[in-house]
Amino acid sequence: MQILVGIKQILDPEIPASEFKVDPATNKPVPGRAKFVMDSYSEYALEVALQFKEKNPGTKIVAVCVGDKPADEVLRKALALQVDEVVRVWEDGWDDLDAHALAQILGRVAERIGGADLALVGRQSGDAERGLVGPMLAEELKAACITLATRVEAGGDNQITVRREAGGGFVKVEIRLPAVVTVTNDDSNVLRLPKVKDIMMASRKPITVLRAADLGLDPGALAPRLRLRSLFVPELAGDCELVEGESGSEQAAGLARRLRELKVV
Amino acid sequence: MATIAVYCRVDSGSLSRAALEALGAGRRLADKRGDRVVALVVGADVTGAAATAVQCGADAAYVVENPILAEYDGELCLSALRTAVDAAAPDVLLFGGDLAGREVAPRVGYQIGAAVVTEAVDLQVDGGDVVITRPVYGGKAMAVYSAASPKQVIVLRAKTQEPAAPDAGRSGEVHKVDWDAPAGVVAAKIVERIQETLGGVKLSDARVIVAGGRGLGGPEPFRELEELAQLLGGAVGATRAACDAGWVPPHMQVGQTGAIVAPDLYIAIGISGASQHLAGITGAKTVVAINKDPEAPIFRRATLGVVADYKAVLPALKQELAALLSR
Repeated sequence: MQILVGIKQILDPEIPASEFKVDPATNKPVPGRAKFVMDSYSEYALEVALQFKEKNPGTKIVAVCVGDKPADEVLRKALALQVDEVVRVWEDGWDDLDAHALAQILGRVAERIGGADLALVGRQSGDAERGLVGPMLAEELKAACITLATRVEAGGDNQITVRREAGGGFVKVEIRLPAVVTVTNDDSNVLRLPKVKDIMMASRKPITVLRAADLGLDPGALAPRLRLRSLFVPELAGDCELVEGESGSEQAAGLARRLRELKVV
Repeated sequence: MATIAVYCRVDSGSLSRAALEALGAGRRLADKRGDRVVALVVGADVTGAAATAVQCGADAAYVVENPILAEYDGELCLSALRTAVDAAAPDVLLFGGDLAGREVAPRVGYQIGAAVVTEAVDLQVDGGDVVITRPVYGGKAMAVYSAASPKQVIVLRAKTQEPAAPDAGRSGEVHKVDWDAPAGVVAAKIVERIQETLGGVKLSDARVIVAGGRGLGGPEPFRELEELAQLLGGAVGATRAACDAGWVPPHMQVGQTGAIVAPDLYIAIGISGASQHLAGITGAKTVVAINKDPEAPIFRRATLGVVADYKAVLPALKQELAALLSR
């Protein structure tokens, strides 16, 4: 069983809204002091893969990231968490890849590593928030697709069972392999911390770097199907009416009174 | 004349809420561009729903009816919908913000080589192009897109579009599309259902929501929020931080990646107002913020604000409201 985990490196989403700026010339955010980090939904996907491997020895995990050299950092983190192999794919001019292109690239990587029985990706990334790469990768791999999963377990013959969010609760479903599963957050899949010794070891492990030509990708097929016209920071209304008072109970009384006056309660 | 197709899911014979929102948006877009709207109605018992789709703005309907489509399944829905898409040959395919929008829309879009945008909150027209606005970067920014390919798939964010209302005077043709699950298309087998109840009121439908965040400091204060919610006939929600900390279960999460809600009253307690949380309450009518940090971004979204430690306010607030409501 081979699991491909798609990992994305993004601008730290914890950057406060007040510090978030957009460069109107490029329609891209200005990083400022913010760091680039592993996307949190990639982390949940990686943890699901690691838990699957613990329960199913013999599973091989390959972490794949589409990104330039600085993305090595997130792959080193994956190596420190004991994934078996990491692959970084990059080509000059790939700064505006759309989800179609990313799905094609991941599909070719899957082929190159000898196939993926299961591909795990985040439900969406914390920057573009498209949520498209997983389902589109399912098309590339001719695989089944389940979104919003929190846990994956081995099932019967060539099958897995997936616990997924559904209508304010969960359902457990059984699906055939190959499959693409997109992962959402749950208290059961918060990414573990690597051991210090493993972080040291990870720095000596190899990162396979592939380019478009290695994957036989035609640059024309990767042309974006969407045009970003603009990116802007929305204004919040900022006309909040503050309820004053000498004490908490006075403020509470004032708030209740205003809610009644506004006919909200 | 271009064709705008709207995916319409039928649940127990009726159009889903997502379908009504997408029909509303599709009709408004078509009126701006002079397009035709067709409903792609998929389900087990679609006759009434197809007629409703026409009354709700479609000029024609293509229906795929099959008993195995009674309950939504991604693989079956994809196969059935693709057949309807081939029959209707739309230029624009619209989805509401439901599970099919999440997992079927991207796959259909990929198959037909369309530009795909998810979480659209606004559709405009500029020189014939559909101009799509959607939040990105956890709601910190808005991105405006148009398609660079002739076909496009647009998934609308839930509760951002006025749902279509039926007009009994409208009429249109209904075309039946033959479809049966091809060999090799296998539905996911449901082995277990785990429904989590939220004190009786479903978060996404609640008219009043009392929500707590990191500022509550732990799981215990959520009991007090529960009391306030019960008093107001509402549900309790939480931020992603509170869910990730394990204080409350993840299905209570309100925000971009949790429940998208549009209550009449949203009371945010100990919530700083991260963009990703605010993105889940854009449809809330009155927002009340109780937070001790006057600089918290939640106050820029709130209608009424109380700058105070919630512990000093909440007990009195419950008494005051109980007194008001008993009058």
